Amino acid sequence: MSEAVSALGGARFEGLAVVEDCGLSGMITLRGDLSAAAVKKAALAGSGCAVPGERKAVVSDKGALLWMSPDELLVLCPYDEVGARVAAMTKALGKAHALAVNVSDARAVLRLSGPKAREVLAKLSPVDLSPEAFGVGDLRRSRIAQVAAAYWLEDEESFRIICFRSVAEYVFGVLKVAAAKGSAVGYF
Amino acid sequence: MLILECPYCGVKADETELSAGGEAHLKRFGPGADDESFEGYLFARENPKGVHFERWRHSYGCGKWFHAARNTATLEVYGTYPAQVSVPPKDILKTISAAVPGWRWRDLG
Ligand SMILES: [Zn+2]
Repeated sequence: MSEAVSALGGARFEGLAVVEDCGLSGMITLRGDLSAAAVKKAALAGSGCAVPGERKAVVSDKGALLWMSPDELLVLCPYDEVGARVAAMTKALGKAHALAVNVSDARAVLRLSGPKAREVLAKLSPVDLSPEAFGVGDLRRSRIAQVAAAYWLEDEESFRIICFRSVAEYVFGVLKVAAAKGSAVGYF
Repeated sequence: MLILECPYCGVKADETELSAGGEAHLKRFGPGADDESFEGYLFARENPKGVHFERWRHSYGCGKWFHAARNTATLEVYGTYPAQVSVPPKDILKTISAAVPGWRWRDLG
């Protein structure tokens, strides 16, 4: 088998905020009726987390679980455990009308961190990222400049960002520009 | 700037997070329909200055299609509602009647 590498190859930029590649990450899309017992069981089997509320992200020692839409969750786990997790999830789903699929190689994961992280991301995304409106564990699917992205606030000063692998360079590039030294807005 | 609340994920979405999907509540006429109905289904669209019903998709967000009732002249939004209906909900029609007495849109109003 070929050796898997992340889209950004460990890239890192330091400006108003730190923009960095998170490396390879296991990602599993789970689609189905989120209130169904089998889907909840599969989500737990994949991530170690209970199904989060609308537009929330939850983390456990096994992985993370993200609310992506009313019928879609995203499981995060170590890259080399994806195969086993998908198998466990598929088993938990049984005959339920639902699907668990490995999408790890279709996406890229970045981290944006530092005291100015909110401000940097707010330059690029049409979302209210003020501390009053967007707290730790809040998740949004929206756009970053011209491409789709999902992000959530891991702690007061850092966002985890997921985008399609094919636009990872673009996202890294626009984040770099938004985090350029001397471009602070001081809005939040 | 147009802001529509997605009825599926609750986001107050900026227009740039959405895709416009044309007129709402079209009735499909397919094989077996007479020419006039088929032509109407394909081509005849409302182009009102005022109350309008549209389809939108939360394309950068949750990905779902939904409906919006709004005013093309004032940009006032009367409400958004799920895609799985063929007529607007009563409360939205009431809101429109209060804002624009005597409004008409196709066979509504
Ligand atoms: Zn939505």
